[in-house]
Amino acid sequence: MKLVFHRPDHFRPTNRTSTYRPLPFRFMRWPGGEVLLTNDVGEFIFLPTDAFSAFAEQRLTNTCAVYAELKAKHFLHDSASTVPLQLLATKYRTKKSFLEGFTSLHMFVVTLRCDHSCPYCQVSRVNEDRTRFDMSIETADRSIELMFQSPSSALKVEFQGGESLLNFDLIKWIVNRVRERNKTEGRDIQFVVATNLAPLTDEILAFCADHGIYLSTSLDGPEFLHNRNRPRPGGNSHQVAIANLAKARTALGHDRVSALMTTTEASLRYPKEIIDEYVARGFDSIFLRALSPYGFAVRSRMAFRYETVQFVDFYNAGLDHIIELNRRGTPIIEVYTQLLLQKMLTPFATGYVDLQSPTGAGIAAVVYNYDGDVYASDEARMLAEMGDTSFRLGNVHQDSYASIFGGARLKAIVEGSCLETMPGCSECAFAPYCGADPVLNWATQGDPIGHRPTSAFCAKQMAVFRRLFDLLRNGDAFTRELLVRWATQVDTREAVA
Amino acid sequence: MIPLSAYGKAENIHGPIIGRVAFHGVEPSVRNDHVRVLRSSDRAADLCGYAAVLAEGYVTARELPLVHSVSVDHLGPGDVVAVDPRGHVRTLYRRASPHNSIFATDRCNSFCLMCSQPPKNVDDQWRVAEHLRLVDLIDPATTELGISGGEPALLKDGLIDIVARCKERLPQTALHILSNGRVFSYRRFAAKLGAVGHPDLMIGVPLYSDIDDRHDYVVQARGAFDETLIGLHNLGAAGVPVEIRVVVHALTWERLPQIAEFVYRNLTFASHVTFMGLEMMGFAVPNLELLWIDPWDYRDKLAEATLFFATRGVPVSVYNHQLCTVPETIWPYCRKSISDWKNEYVAACNGCEVREHCGGFFSSVANRRTSRHIQAMAADLTARTEC
Repeated sequence: MKLVFHRPDHFRPTNRTSTYRPLPFRFMRWPGGEVLLTNDVGEFIFLPTDAFSAFAEQRLTNTCAVYAELKAKHFLHDSASTVPLQLLATKYRTKKSFLEGFTSLHMFVVTLRCDHSCPYCQVSRVNEDRTRFDMSIETADRSIELMFQSPSSALKVEFQGGESLLNFDLIKWIVNRVRERNKTEGRDIQFVVATNLAPLTDEILAFCADHGIYLSTSLDGPEFLHNRNRPRPGGNSHQVAIANLAKARTALGHDRVSALMTTTEASLRYPKEIIDEYVARGFDSIFLRALSPYGFAVRSRMAFRYETVQFVDFYNAGLDHIIELNRRGTPIIEVYTQLLLQKMLTPFATGYVDLQSPTGAGIAAVVYNYDGDVYASDEARMLAEMGDTSFRLGNVHQDSYASIFGGARLKAIVEGSCLETMPGCSECAFAPYCGADPVLNWATQGDPIGHRPTSAFCAKQMAVFRRLFDLLRNGDAFTRELLVRWATQVDTREAVA
Repeated sequence: MIPLSAYGKAENIHGPIIGRVAFHGVEPSVRNDHVRVLRSSDRAADLCGYAAVLAEGYVTARELPLVHSVSVDHLGPGDVVAVDPRGHVRTLYRRASPHNSIFATDRCNSFCLMCSQPPKNVDDQWRVAEHLRLVDLIDPATTELGISGGEPALLKDGLIDIVARCKERLPQTALHILSNGRVFSYRRFAAKLGAVGHPDLMIGVPLYSDIDDRHDYVVQARGAFDETLIGLHNLGAAGVPVEIRVVVHALTWERLPQIAEFVYRNLTFASHVTFMGLEMMGFAVPNLELLWIDPWDYRDKLAEATLFFATRGVPVSVYNHQLCTVPETIWPYCRKSISDWKNEYVAACNGCEVREHCGGFFSSVANRRTSRHIQAMAADLTARTEC
C-alpha cells in the first residue's frame, strides 16, 4: 500500500484574505503606536496600528503570524464551522457564571449602635438606646426566611453594624436559627462578623470558634492614622483592635480574621505606612480600597474627582511598595489588583460582588437593615441614612421574596447596570474586566447610568487598568510572574513540591 | 525490550482461545479460565480441563488444545494470553507490569503523520468479545489499565460495554482511554460513557495546535480539530475527566505556549495536560524528516508551556523526554512514562547519575535519532529536584 499524506494547504481555507469575519471585539489606542483589542470573554491582544488596520479592513492574509493569534483568541472566524462560536459561548457562560447562583451574600445589620464615631461612616449611632436601632428577633426571623428562598447553594451570612457585636445576643440567635433551618436546607453556609473588635469577649470568641465564624475587622493603618480615622472614647481604637486581633487569632486561627481598610483624605499621604502596618500585623493581603464618596457626598463633584487623581497616585505608590516587599521576600497581595488580574488573565469569574456586569447589587448581595428595610447593597443603605431611599427594595415585613428580588426596582437596577449597553462603557476595551456601580453613579452623578467623562470611578478604573497592562507587558520578570501568580492564586513553590 | 508474542506448533486449536497463565495446577472448576504452562523440566501433570496448554518442549496430546515448542520465558503467572490455530501466543496482559493496555481496534478515523500504531481498515468489531473476556481474566489488584488502538471509540457501544465491564470486574483499577475524541462529538455517545459512572476513568485526547487547519494537517483529517473540541466539551459536560496530550515535534513545537493558553482558556475542565516526545515508530519513520526536531532546540518553548500550567495549578506532565534535554526548571514535571517493554537507554547514558529518575528512550528511538545533547548528568542536579 502506498502511503498518501496531504500537504498543509489541503487543510487551509483556499481564499487567502476575504473569507474571514471579525468576531465581536473592542479596542483602544495605546501609547507607542499600538492598539489593545479585547473580547467579551476577556482575551486580549496588542497589535501594531498597521496590523490592526489590516485586520479591521479584512486585508490580513491567513499565513501571517498575527492572523493565527487573532484566530486562536477568537477575534476572527474563517470557516463555516460553528465550533469557534460554541467555544466562545462556553467561555462567556464561564465568565458570567457569577449570575448562576443568584443572591449568595446576605448582610444582616443587627444594630446601628457603635462605640466609634468614624467621620466616614454615615450610619452609626453612638449612645443611642437599645430598642430603636437594634434589629428585632421578628425582623431577623423574617430576613432568614427570605434568605433561604434564594436558590443559591452557598449562603454567606455577614453581620454588619454599627458595631455588630453590641447586639451579640441577636447574632447568636441568628446563627443558631440558620443552623437549625439548614439541617433540612443543606446549603453551604458561612458566617462572617464585621466588627471593630472592641466589644470582643472570651464568650464571643468561644461561640465563634464553636461555629467556625470568621471575623472581618477594620485596620486603617498605623496607630496615628487609624486613631484619626476611627475615633472612640479614650482615643485608643488602634490599641484595642491590635490587642483583640491577637486574642481572636489565638482563639479562631490566624486566617479566620481578616481586615479591611478605608482610604480617607488623610490616608492618601501614607500608602507605605499603611501597607507596612498590615505586614507588621501578620496579614498576607491588603485591599487598597478607593475613597468612599458617601462621606463626601455633600461636596462638589469636582472635589471628588480631584481626590480620585490623588487616589490613583496612592494606589500606584502602594502597588510599587507591595511589589518591592514581595521581591524582598515578604509575600503580600493587593486584593483589588488580584481581582482585576483574575478577570484579565483567567477564563473564570470572580466572586467579588462590587465589580460585575450587571451589578451584583441585589442579585449577588443584599442587605437586611435593622428596621427590616431591604437594600441592594451596603452603599444603598448608607445612602438611605443620608435621606435617599432610591435603592430600597422593600421591607421584610411587608414584601414577599418575589416582590423584593423580582420587583420592578431591582429589575431596573440590574437592567441599567450592564456595561455592554451603557454609554461610554459598551465600546471600552476594559469593559470585560470592569463592573457597573449604579448606586455610586446615583450618589455622585444623580443618575444610575452615570456619565463616564466626568465619572471619578471611571477615571480610577481606567488608570488602574492601564497600569496593570503596562506592568504585564513592560514590568520586569519578577513583577510579571508575581502578577500572574496573584491572578491564578497558585504558589509555584507548592506546585513544584 | 520484552517480547509480547511467541510462536509454537498448534494442535487441536480451532479458534482463538484466551486464558490466564498458570505454571501450576489449579482447581478443576476454574481450569477453563486458565492456560497451563509446561516447562521442559516439569513432570507429567493432569492437564484435563484447561482452556489450552503451552509446552516449552515437544509434547503431543490427542484432544487437548495445545501449543508446543514455544518460548514461555517471558510469561508470568496471572498473565493473560491469546492462543490461535497458527500457534501464535500473544500476551494481552502482564500482571507484573504497571503498563497494560487493551488494544481496542486497528481502525482509526484519523491518519496522524506520526502515528506509532498505523491503522488498518479492517472490520474488527469481533474483538469486543475478546476484550470483555480479557477484562474478566485480569487480576482485580491491577492498579492501572489503558485502552488504546486505533481509535477505541470506533467500537461505539462496544467501548461502553468494555468500560462497564471494567467497572464491574476491576473496580480498583484506574482506566485510561486514549482517543482522538472525535466520535464524542456525538453528545449522546459522550453521555453514555459518562452514564457508566466508572469510578476512576480518564480519557487522554491529543491536541496538536490552537489553530484548526494546523491540527487537521497533523492528524490528516479535515474538520478533526472541531470534532475533537466538541468531543472534549461533551465529555466534560458528561463528567468524564479528560487529559490533553500534545505530541511535540517539528510541526507543533513553535506554538506550544499558544496551545497552552488555548487549552487553559477553552478547556478549563481538563484534569491533566501532557507534553510528549515523539515516538519513532509507525508513520513517524517515513515522515521523520518532516517531524524531527532535536528536543534541545525546543526546550525553552516546552519549559514555558509546562510552567504556564504549573503556575495556574493545572496538573501537567512531560513524557518521553530525557532529563538531559530539558531545562531543570521542568524536571519536577518529567515522568518515567515509557512502557517498560519498550524502554531503553543509550551508550551516552552510562555513568549518568540521574538515570534512575529519567524516562530514557523508546527502544524505537534509541536506534534511530536522538538529541545531540544526550549526556551523563551529575547527581548534584538531582538533589535539587528531589522535593
